[in-house]
Amino acid sequence: MMATLIEANNLVKLYQMGDETVHALDGVSFSVPRGDYCAIVGPSGSGKSTMMNILGGLDTPTSGRIVIDGADIAELSDEQLAGFRNKTIGFIFQSFNLLPRLSALENVELPMIYGGVLPKERRERAAELLHRVGLGERMGHRPTQLSGGQQQRVAIARALAGRPALVLADEPTGALDSNTGKEILALFSQLNSEGATIVIVTHDHEVAAATRRTIEMRDGHIVSDRQNGSRAA
Amino acid sequence: MMRTADLVSSASRALRSNPLRSALTALGVIIGVASVVAMVALGSGAQAMVERSIASLGSNLLIVVPGAQQSGGVRMAQGGGGRDTLTLDDAEAIGQLEGVLAVAPSQRSGAQIVANGLNWNTRIEGVTPSYLLARDWDVAQGRFFDESEERQARRVVVLGATVARELFANVDPIGQTMRINGGSYEVIGVLTSKGQSGFGMDQDDIVLAPLTTVKRRISGRQRRADTVSQISVKAGSEGELNRLQEDVENLLRERHRIRAGDDDDFTVQNLSSITETAAQTTQVFTYLLGGISAVSLLVGGIGIMNIMLVSVTERTREIGLRKALGARQSDILHQFSLEAVTLSLAGGMIGLALGVAGAWAMTSLFNLPLVISPQNALMAIAFSGLVGVLFGAYPAWRAAKLDPIEALRRE
Repeated sequence: MMATLIEANNLVKLYQMGDETVHALDGVSFSVPRGDYCAIVGPSGSGKSTMMNILGGLDTPTSGRIVIDGADIAELSDEQLAGFRNKTIGFIFQSFNLLPRLSALENVELPMIYGGVLPKERRERAAELLHRVGLGERMGHRPTQLSGGQQQRVAIARALAGRPALVLADEPTGALDSNTGKEILALFSQLNSEGATIVIVTHDHEVAAATRRTIEMRDGHIVSDRQNGSRAA
Repeated sequence: MMRTADLVSSASRALRSNPLRSALTALGVIIGVASVVAMVALGSGAQAMVERSIASLGSNLLIVVPGAQQSGGVRMAQGGGGRDTLTLDDAEAIGQLEGVLAVAPSQRSGAQIVANGLNWNTRIEGVTPSYLLARDWDVAQGRFFDESEERQARRVVVLGATVARELFANVDPIGQTMRINGGSYEVIGVLTSKGQSGFGMDQDDIVLAPLTTVKRRISGRQRRADTVSQISVKAGSEGELNRLQEDVENLLRERHRIRAGDDDDFTVQNLSSITETAAQTTQVFTYLLGGISAVSLLVGGIGIMNIMLVSVTERTREIGLRKALGARQSDILHQFSLEAVTLSLAGGMIGLALGVAGAWAMTSLFNLPLVISPQNALMAIAFSGLVGVLFGAYPAWRAAKLDPIEALRRE
């Protein structure tokens, strides 16, 4: 297995806003080794959301090259991108994005449905993951019957369902109170120590500080990239 | 790749999550299919009724009556015509033509009958025994007179079902005596019921007697002894009917010495062509009724499209999420198409059931036969499914094409 999970080289993303061309990404290069736990921080308009969309296979760069887990994102067709999102990426959103009609268990099963996993296997895997995020007792609950923190745990279990190479979290604590947020970050640390590669996109430096590495962006550029542990040491 | 079973359960779940909306959406298709099914069944029933009542006059039948065909259409008055132009010899000559199965000359007369202490005014038809074969009629009770009784002008009669019912409600009519124009006659049989003809006449309101009897004793001496008011000609098959009609016409023109260019003094009516025209007319009505109802099915389809578009808008975020989790465009397309098709198919099946019930109610109200062909039922279902596919296609395509980034950002 390669040691490098993400290799981004001179990424450029242009948007046309009326007459104006916006450089959302303006030559971004970085790499993330497997097993890393890092945060991409920056104010709104810094390009971090565009970066996340590209990392998640929802968007492709205008130029430059990004390879994630051996897949060159720019080269993939729509259908291959769907498969990439299903197999390689585990998404976690600020607003959880659980389907209200489905139970916690069924929400965790959802990505496996698109992966073509058989029902029995899906159910076992979903139950195991819910146990792992501490919701073994609430598998049959609907999202509305769960607290915000619990909903985000369900979403984390869902992100892990496809055994993704990369867990991608967009402001995962943004909708939670600070205590619950800390619990979620602790869960991330635990998952990372168990081997998961996690990238958090956030504007919150406190959240970034909980990770091992902070990549700071501004105006489409990376302005700093440092190991949090080494600074603390 | 999504499994089909998961696709189905996902679609049915989405529909069940909003049962009232799903039911109301399906209602459009329900009403459409129900009205198509009911209207087509009603039309087919009317058609079958017309065909049946015309066929009850006799199949593969030509009826020759005196007098020229009137302009402006086929004159259906039976036995009318002021002139006595048809004779028994004409009937015999027609019998020699190729393809003739039976020839039955008959003389019509009206009379007052007295029997069992009751009066009844009816048609008396003087016929030969071949009349039954020519008119596809049968004796329900008793027997018909034979050739020798006919030749001897015996005083025997066979009653139509209506006459039998009116005059002999409580007694067995066979062997009873009735008086016609002062003479007494023995009832030897009762005919099977034919019901109303396609022209609203009660065919069972009739008394059949031997032709010679009627000529000599009932219709009186005001007419020539050898003339008849009608000749029924039955062909061996429907295919021979048109040729036979021409042959009969040529034969009679020759026998009556009618010169080329002069009008016929007789008319040959072809019942199968009348049947065909009548059946075509009612069929046009069936198509018309079905077509009008199909418009309501179209409206039902538009209702599905409307609700599916609303649903796609409402579920934009869900669609974005599903895409982020790995749903392909085709997965989304299939899910939304399936929801639309499920709605319309379910509506189609309920509509079919309601339509059949409605058709049953209407046909029993109007006393029509209930005609629902399995093909029509299948077509109604297939058509409703097609409505779902067509009107669900655009909303499903919109859903499939949604940009996941935009969709996830939507509140």
